[in-house]
Amino acid sequence: MALNMIDLTTLEGKDTAGKVRQLCHKAAHLHHGFPDLPNVAAVCVYPTFVKLAKSLVADKGIKVASVATAFPSGQSFLKYKLEETKEAVSEGADEIDMVISRGRFHQGEYAYVFDEISAVKEACGKARLKVILETGELGNLDAVYFASQIAIAAGADFIKTSTGKIKPAATMPVTLVMLEAIRDHYHETGKMVGMKPAGGISNAKLALHYLIMVKETLGEAWLTNEWFRFGASSLANDLLKQLVKQETGIYQSANYFALD
Amino acid sequence: MAKTKKNISWDLSPAPESAGHVTIDKRYELFIDGKFVPPATKKYFKTVNPATEEVLSEIALAGDKDIDKAVKAARKAYENTWSKISAAERGKYIYRIARLLQERAREFAVIETLDGGKPIRESRDVDVPLAASHFFYHAGWADKLDYAFANTSPTSLGVVGQIIPWNFPLLMAAWKIAPALACGNTVVLKPAETTSLTALKLAELIRDAGLPDGVVNIVTGAGDTGKALVEHPDVNKIAFTGSTAVGKMIRQSLAGTPKKLTLELGGKAANIVFEDAAIDQAVEGIVNGIYFNQGHVCCAGSRLFVEESVADEVIRKLKHRMNHLIVGDPMDKNTDVGAINSKGQLQTIEKYLKAGEKDGFEMYQSQAAIPKKGFWCKPTLFTNVSQSSIISKEEIFGPVLAMQTFRTIDEVIDKANNTPYGLSAGVWTDKGSKIFNLTTRLQAGVVWANTFNKFDPTSPFGGYKESGFGREGGIHGLSAYLNFQG
Repeated sequence: MALNMIDLTTLEGKDTAGKVRQLCHKAAHLHHGFPDLPNVAAVCVYPTFVKLAKSLVADKGIKVASVATAFPSGQSFLKYKLEETKEAVSEGADEIDMVISRGRFHQGEYAYVFDEISAVKEACGKARLKVILETGELGNLDAVYFASQIAIAAGADFIKTSTGKIKPAATMPVTLVMLEAIRDHYHETGKMVGMKPAGGISNAKLALHYLIMVKETLGEAWLTNEWFRFGASSLANDLLKQLVKQETGIYQSANYFALD
Repeated sequence: MAKTKKNISWDLSPAPESAGHVTIDKRYELFIDGKFVPPATKKYFKTVNPATEEVLSEIALAGDKDIDKAVKAARKAYENTWSKISAAERGKYIYRIARLLQERAREFAVIETLDGGKPIRESRDVDVPLAASHFFYHAGWADKLDYAFANTSPTSLGVVGQIIPWNFPLLMAAWKIAPALACGNTVVLKPAETTSLTALKLAELIRDAGLPDGVVNIVTGAGDTGKALVEHPDVNKIAFTGSTAVGKMIRQSLAGTPKKLTLELGGKAANIVFEDAAIDQAVEGIVNGIYFNQGHVCCAGSRLFVEESVADEVIRKLKHRMNHLIVGDPMDKNTDVGAINSKGQLQTIEKYLKAGEKDGFEMYQSQAAIPKKGFWCKPTLFTNVSQSSIISKEEIFGPVLAMQTFRTIDEVIDKANNTPYGLSAGVWTDKGSKIFNLTTRLQAGVVWANTFNKFDPTSPFGGYKESGFGREGGIHGLSAYLNFQG
């Protein structure tokens, strides 16, 4: 089910403890009408809210993901990026969503991009590392494939399309190319890498398209929240809407689903 | 509220298109002079849904007398109305057909799939919209022929006899009828005997569009009916799409007559993949090239040439992709590969499969389960095939791909051209200069670069060598239906 593949996300400059608290409650209580629904996979927040989020969802089996490495631009010094990563992990982050240095990538400094990812991976310790390529800034699909290869080779546990701050965010062609990079890596090494399209997947039908793409490209082994995530904030409500429609035969107004 | 289900299956559920909104009559007559009339032969033949083997309807069998009647009706319509009305007026009628076809798109798609076995996804997204776009495109030309062929005073030919195949029944009817009408000719069209229904539905639509009686006549039957049309003395032109064998017979029969002829015949297209190609994209193109419409495509990419350095990767990815093709109920919206059009065609394909195996080539078939009833063939790939084998020489017209490897550009061009056919070819490379090198040297009417099976009414389509002559679509296609002075 798509619900438990969601990283419920709030990444805004205006985020507050109150906002994060609301998000965490929603993560564990998706809809009052369906108490048996699974929880989302993780909540995704800025590093400063990791501790709070962890205290709210840790006992519910929901992971806490923190963005790091000068998200969303990545334009900072490596030592601060590593510091930030370590800090987020020590605050309790189970997963780190880092961004690659797109500027360096465009300058052809692929070794720098690779080294940076491996350094962050090391800083993560036990936390799983998701590497955001920000495909909307990479320019073409060849670059997306190459960046995927770099990230995977440098130790990414997941590769992720976007920060959500740049348009276009996740698209099907971009996701397919990244899935193909994962598939080619799996064929060569036997190692699985996860995939997280993020941004722009806001309804159930589109989510289904993505799931079918994963199934056809990688196979059913990837269709768990260990290997596949949606980075989304509004997808959950549309999924809920469809579930309620399935039960009752009637579409409910958006007002019946909590905005968080 | 009720509990939600916990068991998750990732299998696709059936998603059948409904056939409830279409009516298929028990019996169809011949469409002559604006009316449906019973055949003089008093004979009818059955048309079958190849996916279920159920009889859908009975179709009138036209004999010599019926053909004569149809040609006379077309002649009368040509002399009295169609050649008399203004070209803009002709265009209006053709636009009307196009719009009606769009309005009734779903109905036509469903009938096309029921009668022919092709997936509803293809009839809905390819056949019917393309058919409508051919009418739209040619409607626009009707009053602009003087500009298309400046200083040549183009004039219509008269009565045109048209014979079309069963692989794209409605689309081929549109390819034939639209330019013929736009150029001011009247038409006697014979659809293939296994797939007459959409042509007869088109006849209904043409009647509803108010076209003058006799401008389009549709006569049904098999080879003998077609022969009668070809040999009728009052036909000014024959346009045929079908097998090379029949095409040769038609050409022999027309030799020494003033009748014009265009032939669009078989093919054995080379689809060439270079090592610098985007391999995943190429694999999609290979699949589209040979498994589209069950391989019942005259321009199908049935010979695959892969540069040796990437052959293993292409084979691995191709097999992986083949296993994701859904073979089965053509009415299911998820289906990729539908039913083989007829029992006879299935037997032909199976004969080639045996020949390929007997030659000792490695045969791989997708692992898809296929229904018990109906006519089915799994997507098939032969690897390590040699140029001298039957399966890489003869047109199979089924979902069977024969793969060879190559080392140099000259080698692959020689091999690609080493066939009596020359309808289409595909080239997959990241390098523009390679594309231009190949497009100039491949003897094929259409060469697709980094894509395959793309059709558009503005683009001429037709063959080299034994794939036929004359073009359909674009300005070139119009000239096949015109006389020129000056």
